[in-house]
Amino acid sequence: MLTAPFEFRRASTVNEAADWLQQGTEVKLLAGGHSLLPLMKLRLAAPAMVVDISGIPELHGVIAHDGVVTVGAMTRHVEVVKNPLILAEAPLLSQTAAVIGDVQVRNRGTIGGSLCHADTAADLPAAVLALDAQMVVSGPDGVRKIPASEFFVAPFVTALGPQELLVAVEVPSMPSDAVSTYLKRPHPASGYPVIGVACWVGYGGATVRLAITGIGPTVFRAAEAEAYLAAHGLNSSSIGEAARLAAVHAPVEDDITGYKRQLVSVYVSRALQHTAKGKN
Amino acid sequence: MPQVMGQALKRHEDIRLIRGRGQYTDDMTLPGMVYAEMVRSPYAHANILSVDTQAAQAMPGVLAVFTGQDTKDELGLIPTAWIPPNSDLKMTPHPALAFDTVRYVGDAVAVVIAETPYQAQDAADQVQVQYQPLQAVVHPREAVEDGRPQVHAEIDRNIAFHWTVGPDLDAVFQQAEVVVRHEFRQQRLIPNAMEPRAALAQYNNATDELTVWVTTQNPHIHRFLLSGILGIPEHKLRVVAIDVGGGFGSKIACYPDEVVASWAARKLRRAVKWTETRQENFMITSHGRDHVQEVELAGTRDGQIQAIRVKAYSNLGAYLSTAAPGVPTILFGLIINGAYDIPHASADVYGVVTNTTPVDAYRGAGRPEATYLIERMVDLYASQIQMDPVAVREKNLVKAEAFPYTNPFGLQYDSGNYQGTLKIALDMLDYPKLREEQAALRKDGKYIGIGWSTYVEMCGLGPSEVAGAVGFQGGLWESATVRVHPTGKVSVFTGASPHGQGEETTFAQIVGQELGIPVEDIEIVHGDTARISMGWGTYGSRTTAVGGGAIHLATQKVIEKAKKIAAHKLEVSESDVVFEDGMFSVAGVPNRQVSFQAVTLDAYLAWSLPEGVEPALEGTAFYDPKNFTYPFGAHVAVVSVDPDTGDIHLMRYIAVDDVGNIINPMIVEGQIHGGLVQGIGQALYEGAEYDTEGQLLTGSLLDYAVPKARFFPRFETAHTVTPSPHNPLGVKGVGETGAIASTPAIVNAVMDALHPFGIQDLPMPLTPEKVWQAIQQNQGGR
Amino acid sequence: MPEVLTTVTMTVNGQRVARSIEPRVLLVHFLREELGLTGTHVGCDTSQCGACTVLLDGEAVKACTVLAVQAHGATVTTIEGLEGTRLHPVQEGFWAKHGLQCGFCTPGAMMTAAYLLSQNPHPSEAEIREGLDGVVCRCTGYETIVRAVQHAAALMSEVSETSGAEDVD
Repeated sequence: MLTAPFEFRRASTVNEAADWLQQGTEVKLLAGGHSLLPLMKLRLAAPAMVVDISGIPELHGVIAHDGVVTVGAMTRHVEVVKNPLILAEAPLLSQTAAVIGDVQVRNRGTIGGSLCHADTAADLPAAVLALDAQMVVSGPDGVRKIPASEFFVAPFVTALGPQELLVAVEVPSMPSDAVSTYLKRPHPASGYPVIGVACWVGYGGATVRLAITGIGPTVFRAAEAEAYLAAHGLNSSSIGEAARLAAVHAPVEDDITGYKRQLVSVYVSRALQHTAKGKN
Repeated sequence: MPQVMGQALKRHEDIRLIRGRGQYTDDMTLPGMVYAEMVRSPYAHANILSVDTQAAQAMPGVLAVFTGQDTKDELGLIPTAWIPPNSDLKMTPHPALAFDTVRYVGDAVAVVIAETPYQAQDAADQVQVQYQPLQAVVHPREAVEDGRPQVHAEIDRNIAFHWTVGPDLDAVFQQAEVVVRHEFRQQRLIPNAMEPRAALAQYNNATDELTVWVTTQNPHIHRFLLSGILGIPEHKLRVVAIDVGGGFGSKIACYPDEVVASWAARKLRRAVKWTETRQENFMITSHGRDHVQEVELAGTRDGQIQAIRVKAYSNLGAYLSTAAPGVPTILFGLIINGAYDIPHASADVYGVVTNTTPVDAYRGAGRPEATYLIERMVDLYASQIQMDPVAVREKNLVKAEAFPYTNPFGLQYDSGNYQGTLKIALDMLDYPKLREEQAALRKDGKYIGIGWSTYVEMCGLGPSEVAGAVGFQGGLWESATVRVHPTGKVSVFTGASPHGQGEETTFAQIVGQELGIPVEDIEIVHGDTARISMGWGTYGSRTTAVGGGAIHLATQKVIEKAKKIAAHKLEVSESDVVFEDGMFSVAGVPNRQVSFQAVTLDAYLAWSLPEGVEPALEGTAFYDPKNFTYPFGAHVAVVSVDPDTGDIHLMRYIAVDDVGNIINPMIVEGQIHGGLVQGIGQALYEGAEYDTEGQLLTGSLLDYAVPKARFFPRFETAHTVTPSPHNPLGVKGVGETGAIASTPAIVNAVMDALHPFGIQDLPMPLTPEKVWQAIQQNQGGR
Repeated sequence: MPEVLTTVTMTVNGQRVARSIEPRVLLVHFLREELGLTGTHVGCDTSQCGACTVLLDGEAVKACTVLAVQAHGATVTTIEGLEGTRLHPVQEGFWAKHGLQCGFCTPGAMMTAAYLLSQNPHPSEAEIREGLDGVVCRCTGYETIVRAVQHAAALMSEVSETSGAEDVD
């Protein structure tokens, strides 16, 4: 499996990458390559130009400031797993990155590449949605921020404009009492999540966040379940009802047997139980 | 001289393989080498209206583009090599490049030859083929119905053959106290040897010889078939397989790709390499299994099985692959009674062509399909008469004193103690205690299941006389030459063609033990038709049973000759010479001795040889075994099922096998482990799926679940040793036992776990969704 | 589109190499075809099987999903460079514990194992099995690979310089 030919550019600044992006629609940005290259090898994508943005210094680094952790778009999964700032301020992101693909994939794949690819069956969208992250995007009109809740538009479609690129992900720090978990059911062949539930509880139980990936057309929040738990607290009976609500309201498609909703119910329930246990 | 037979020696082949020095076909580079890329049909069934190669020809680096029109008059059709008798088999003409009709997705219609693989693929994308799509047929039982599309015009109702064995059993079934009827779907599997197939062909202008390096399990069969297809005499054709990265049956067949690469190499006078992608491997390399089986078992109310019969529809894909017709007939139908003494049996098999990838042998080849059938039926029968499945097995297993046992089709099971392996497995499991635990857990809403499989398989193919009787278009003997060099180092040339099974080590153990020389002094040469006179390859767990037998006999010839020379040297009569641990000595006078090496040197110097003895020292044997070998054993799986998700967790797996004498226990254990994982893969994870148009829906490792390390617990293995009387080493085959035995053990265990829900059977693979859904539909029974 | 060659330079198994290549050349093909290092294998096209695993700046990656140009300036270790004057403990482990049969996935499996042990010198069996998730082996059933990695871990922890590595040349 060999890709079609393309012109290769290495960008050293965001502006340089942006200039090439503006040359036309047949330009693809290359980060770790683990989303783009498989498509190119199958010749499902054949961009005329590939711009390697992995070496742009502005896209690297993790900083924590004013209750926000800013994760450079080119931060690799393995770095997200181990980064002390992320582990301290937004451990849910590390927990999620830790179970992406396999060891080799985590050593190459980047947070920005994965989020911009917006595969229905990707892990990270659940974490950034549960964490109310902001996507920091650079484009011809300057820098703007897109909330995670508006970023994932459809399978493989994001709110990024054609000439925009993701610079960083801003993750609000989780409260000091927060407990979180990412519970994933990997597909036996691909390792992608059949369902992945990102969950955290904080502020004494006043805030519960549940974001679910893999099973719907895009990642989604279990808003009804969250509201119910915020009102009733986290206990064995409320977990059952929250799981039921999550399943009933899940925007799943083609669920003829009801198995997808069942998985939503079971995985929400188990993620919450896991989180509740972690509290003690 | 330490004992080497029976020792877990580290493998000789690993020295290169662990250092990245293996030489697989795609690793080879030749001067002036160019690359072939196939243009393949995206349709499962279509007429080819036109093939426009103009744009492709003009692409950079392109040497040539050939279509089916270019090859059809120059190449013979690819034949099948197994024609079961009395089956009215119809050939399926298979051109290397299709020129009128394509019959499955991946059927090749053109080839591009270019200077680099990139250029070849770029140009292949530019070949314009116009197709007229036709209706496709995919399912084997539907394919035989009236009014279905016909895959080959000359094959009515897509029935390529109809094979039956055994008498009419209607009377037996009518009078039976208990009859169990069930339909099984043996799903289609995709072998997925980790090395994709490849071929590299080079034509020698000076000698008119064609050399083909190819990923094959049987170089001589490849040479035989290629010779006919290409019209190149065998003495001008050399087929070589150096390192082969697994086969599992999928590298037995002769494929269009190596035919086209060979033809192009001769045409262009350039070395041509073709290498498969994994995507192509899914599409075009032979698949396995794929039966619909309608099965009936007759028995008494107290657990005596009286008869078993099956009507099977076997899906063979678009063309009859090299060994394909033998798999669902001889290798399946003749052993459906399994390890049980069942007086009556019959099989009725339709070999059906469809618009799918050709199906051929895949690890076990026919015997897993038979074993699954009987092992599942035993459990269904036990459930119906409310007997413990172990009790039914104990009652019906062939008794140890009954060997040699002749099964209802006349197969002679060589040796065994079936109860012996079962007893060990029962003890390892602590069966009664586990049944108690199971009952207690059920009260808590937890579901574990125990599944048995007491199997036997026939392997070590086979005597040539039987090969002829069952329609295999070849012999099944094996050749060996043991060549002792003047310094006492030894080259062994074997016609078997191991590709990962470790015979470079086990064969050296045989020779080392018998000659009393270090195994390091022995080199096993295989996989090259120029160096080995003849051989039938590696499949059907025959390598050690048959190839090892030949090596043993050739070694004995060496010893026999050396003994004559030693007697001459020691100045005694031959009958007074004893050979032990590499030393020839005079019986009763142990200090009058001469070493094997000294005798060898004498043989080569030939200054003083006994009357009538020729110089040099080597032995050649062509060994035809007396019969198949029949390894057996008892396997048991313990699973838990999560009713909320349908997840199946494999808690324990016990395999007690008897594979006869063991030459290298480490290698034997490895073969069993590998088989287990493939068999468990069939039960739980693997299954090829096509849509109604004939498009493969599970066409990559993203969709088709080849098992991974984290799916398994540690396996618990044990063995008994009942030597086979059918070969001089007393060995039995081991390569396929795990794959044959484990699939029904797993499914029996899951069904046992699901018993409280009233679930009797589910189609493989037992995916969580299927299990959960079945539980939902049967909740009332809980 | 015209072929535009680009120059890549990297250090492979301790040797600095430079080649002019098409940008679309994958790292695995660069190693196999440009450098003749055929120990690294291609087993699939979807980044599943791990047969192509090499160390890129010390980290296990699938060389079929990395462009050679992305490895520009990097250090690459392939199976051919795993051993020093003696076999690497992972090679010893695979040999001693029968961690391979056909040998095709083996180089990738060993590079993955070597990386795992560099990150976690004393992995549990579950951690090893989890760590091998990016490795598909069709022959061994994995258990002997697990034993091989455990054996390697033991060898590495008993002071590797004096361990009983065997000379195979």
